[in-house]
Amino acid sequence: MQIPVEGFMYPNEVELQWSVLIVLYPFLTGLVAGAFILASLERVFRVEAVKPTYRLALLTALAFLIVAPLPLQLHLGHPERSFEMYLTPHASSAMSMFGFVYLWYLLAVLVLEIWLDYRRDIVVLSQTTTGWRRLLYRMLTLGSTNVSARSLAIDERVGWIVTVIGIPSAFLLHGYVGFIFGSIKANPWWSSPLMPVVFIFSAMVSGVATVMLLYMLLNRLRGEPIDMRCVDTVAKYLFYTFIIDFSLEMLDLIHRIYEADESFRSLDFMVHTKLYFPHIVVQILLGTVTPIVLLALTQVVKLSETLRRRIYVVAGILTLVGIFAMRWNVVIGGQLFSKSFLGYTTYKMGWVTREGLLTAIVLSILPVVFLWILVKLLPPWPERHTVTETAGD
Amino acid sequence: MAAVFLVGVLAFLGLRGLLVPRSFGQYGHYRGDAIKEIAALPVSYAGHQVCEGCHTEVLDVKSKGMHKGVACESCHGPQAKHADDPAAVQPAKLDTAVLCVRCHAANSSRPKNFPQVGAAEHSGGEACNTCHQPHSPAMVAGGSQ
Amino acid sequence: MTRRQLLILLPAAAVAWEHILAGTPEASPNYTMSEHWWGMLMDITKCIGCGSCVRACQLENHVPDGYYRTWVERYQVLDWTVETPHVDSPDGGKNGFPPPKEVGGKNFFVPKMCNQCADSPCTQVCPVGATFVTPDGVVLVDQKYCLGCRYCVQACPYGCRFINPSTETANKCTLCYHRITKGLTTACCEVCPTGTRQLADLKNPKDPIHEFLKNHSVQVLKPHLATKSKCFYYGLDGSVR
Ligand code: HEC
Ligand code: HEC
Ligand code: HEC
Ligand code: HEC
Repeated sequence: MQIPVEGFMYPNEVELQWSVLIVLYPFLTGLVAGAFILASLERVFRVEAVKPTYRLALLTALAFLIVAPLPLQLHLGHPERSFEMYLTPHASSAMSMFGFVYLWYLLAVLVLEIWLDYRRDIVVLSQTTTGWRRLLYRMLTLGSTNVSARSLAIDERVGWIVTVIGIPSAFLLHGYVGFIFGSIKANPWWSSPLMPVVFIFSAMVSGVATVMLLYMLLNRLRGEPIDMRCVDTVAKYLFYTFIIDFSLEMLDLIHRIYEADESFRSLDFMVHTKLYFPHIVVQILLGTVTPIVLLALTQVVKLSETLRRRIYVVAGILTLVGIFAMRWNVVIGGQLFSKSFLGYTTYKMGWVTREGLLTAIVLSILPVVFLWILVKLLPPWPERHTVTETAGD
Repeated sequence: MAAVFLVGVLAFLGLRGLLVPRSFGQYGHYRGDAIKEIAALPVSYAGHQVCEGCHTEVLDVKSKGMHKGVACESCHGPQAKHADDPAAVQPAKLDTAVLCVRCHAANSSRPKNFPQVGAAEHSGGEACNTCHQPHSPAMVAGGSQ
Repeated sequence: MTRRQLLILLPAAAVAWEHILAGTPEASPNYTMSEHWWGMLMDITKCIGCGSCVRACQLENHVPDGYYRTWVERYQVLDWTVETPHVDSPDGGKNGFPPPKEVGGKNFFVPKMCNQCADSPCTQVCPVGATFVTPDGVVLVDQKYCLGCRYCVQACPYGCRFINPSTETANKCTLCYHRITKGLTTACCEVCPTGTRQLADLKNPKDPIHEFLKNHSVQVLKPHLATKSKCFYYGLDGSVR
């Protein structure tokens, strides 16, 4: 297999190390962090309007978080050794943090918060369902079936604390992913202190957009009316975070252009040739400027409900495309040029290989499947759809 | 809940004690034995001192000629196996038509002061060792000295 | 990962792990790590681009085809265009170099290899401690411990690391650690016909490197990255990256 090379690459650089799976990884964790931050808005800052999305956001975060480590595992040369990450984490490596941040976030934050929030529902369900579901819910109660007003108040209190801890954890979860790239001094395309910040904000953007889209989609499927006040507020947040995200990215760009250090000529050439389509066209024009303009329209002009809904859907989808392109351009773009700044290689994606496109597609569908299961098990909708409160203790 | 966490942490620490390789941390944050394992790998190039111990006659010739700085295995290839058991392992015969031009073919990228020849017109198609003695190339009759 | 994969992986992992825990302690006699601090000297003015070092390295260390623990680059700088030199390295220079397409300008060869950095960016990022700087200053990879995450390959500014396709672990120049601990020089230095490459023991006061460093202007590659490289280049041109 001959990989086309332009100019001069160090001979070991011709082959790309990190594939589309590593593109997927920050994309997925980004959705987790973003969805969680949206959920915590309601909880900590008491934004009542976004309440209908609260549980959905938590479940979305969980579904994506379960899948997030899979692309990493699959791309390892020796997945069976990955537990070394827990045994002998190397203190100076950003990557070694992954195992701990992940476990912490999964168990101490997300699962705990969901459990606390759903505890009453689980207890109710364990008494109203039959068969294996009953057994399952029984197990999920973890033996605590007390749903008196007092114990629920405690749940609420603890849940609040967990959320407060959760927000910095979400930042940590995704900020460190940015740091993995931002701290590589060998690679000028990555090396930037802004990287973690850009990653966090783009994560929020993508998470908020996902929850917004899912909320609209699920309500449509269930034939429920969409709470426009809620969607409008979520879209507003999307707009604001997007502006911050875009400004940060532009700041990074302008800084690079103005400083024009030794790597600039090479990177500039790359952005105008190999990365023109994914970077300029998809990421910046289609995936960032267009949704920002669309969202700005809904903020400035008074539009009908249907039109607003349509705009949100289009803007949301474009946003996700744009954020995915951003991950692509960071991960793949950062490996296309030579560290000698004298040449460029090509990324050849496999199709049905271990790190190929098919795997990537399966891994992107998987969280949706998990979400579907989670939604079936733990319905995020208001009570009237589950069985009315007959239970007590 | 707290109990679950505590048990988890304790189990983790216990397992860690069992699973971390014993030499880990001997010199630093890595497996100390890895150094020994790498140091114990077999050698393919014996080194010219070894060859010279047996092939003194070649050394005598070579050390007076222009190739004195060129190690035996530069031309003869890795010969540790031969040096261990000369009777069992014989070095392959060399083809001077390929060998000499690797270093001496004229090339404007090479330092100017390095002796180079346009191989075809210089040798007239003959093998280099018909005129040059590989171990002392410049001393053959009609040579440059 | 599917359950089936997991079922296959787990026993395999257990077996592999036994192997790692056991280790194979077999020290080189008469070698004390604390008495050495290894580095390399490259005299660019002498390099003739014969590729002997690349071939010897591949044979000595069983480097798979298409990957390089050491390689040779050819530079051609026409006139004042220091920023944009013509560089090539066909097959890492393993089979030598054809005459340049264009004659003229400043021409020279640059042998490249792991710089054995004392502040190595590659060992810094290893998540598990599978790559490290030994007490005698050589950057090594533990083939039995490496995950194959490739972070170190990304972190090396000099492109010296690669993933060995047959072991799926990171691989790189060991400075022929199995040779230098036995009193030999590296395979590349052994076969270098012109003395371009010279192994240097910076802790040995009798090593000629000290005299050389005292009397010559030397440079390391990419000094602005502050990796404390121990690969010293004499005659290094500003156009070399
Ligand atoms: C233990 C002594 C010994 C050592 C060490 C040794 N050789 Fe030899 N070598 C021999 C002997 C004996 C022969 C003759 C074998 C025969 O003709 O059967 C020989 C033959 C050869 C030949 C000629 C084969 C031919 O076609 O006639 C070459 C070339 C050679 N050795 C190269 C080397 C090199 C290079 C080294 C260093 C790595 C080396 N030898 C080390 C003993 C040694
Ligand atoms: C410049 C390349 C070169 C170097 C350096 C070199 N040889 Fe040779 N050697 C040759 C060639 C060419 C032949 C003859 C080819 C043939 O007939 O196989 C040869 C032949 C020999 C032979 C066969 C008998 C003879 O003398 O013709 C021996 C033994 C031998 N070499 C040993 C050595 C030893 C020992 C060294 C190191 C001290 C050494 N060579 C260094 C190129 C070299
Ligand atoms: C591994 C590289 C290498 C190989 C192979 C090699 N040589 Fe040399 N040769 C050298 C070096 C180095 C010198 C010394 C140049 C100097 O000191 O300026 C040299 C010197 C010479 C000289 C002396 C040039 C002069 O200025 O008088 C001749 C002649 C020569 N080699 C011929 C040969 C022949 C014939 C062969 C093939 C048997 C051969 N060389 C193979 C590296 C090599
Ligand atoms: C017909 C005999 C003959 C053959 C064959 C021959 N040479 Fe020469 N070579 C000579 C003579 C005579 C000289 C010395 C005259 C000179 O300096 O040009 C010489 C000189 C050299 C020199 C030194 C040139 C310099 O600039 O100092 C090199 C290098 C050389 N030969 C390499 C080779 C190589 C490589 C081959 C094989 C491709 C080869 N020779 C084949 C006769 C021969």
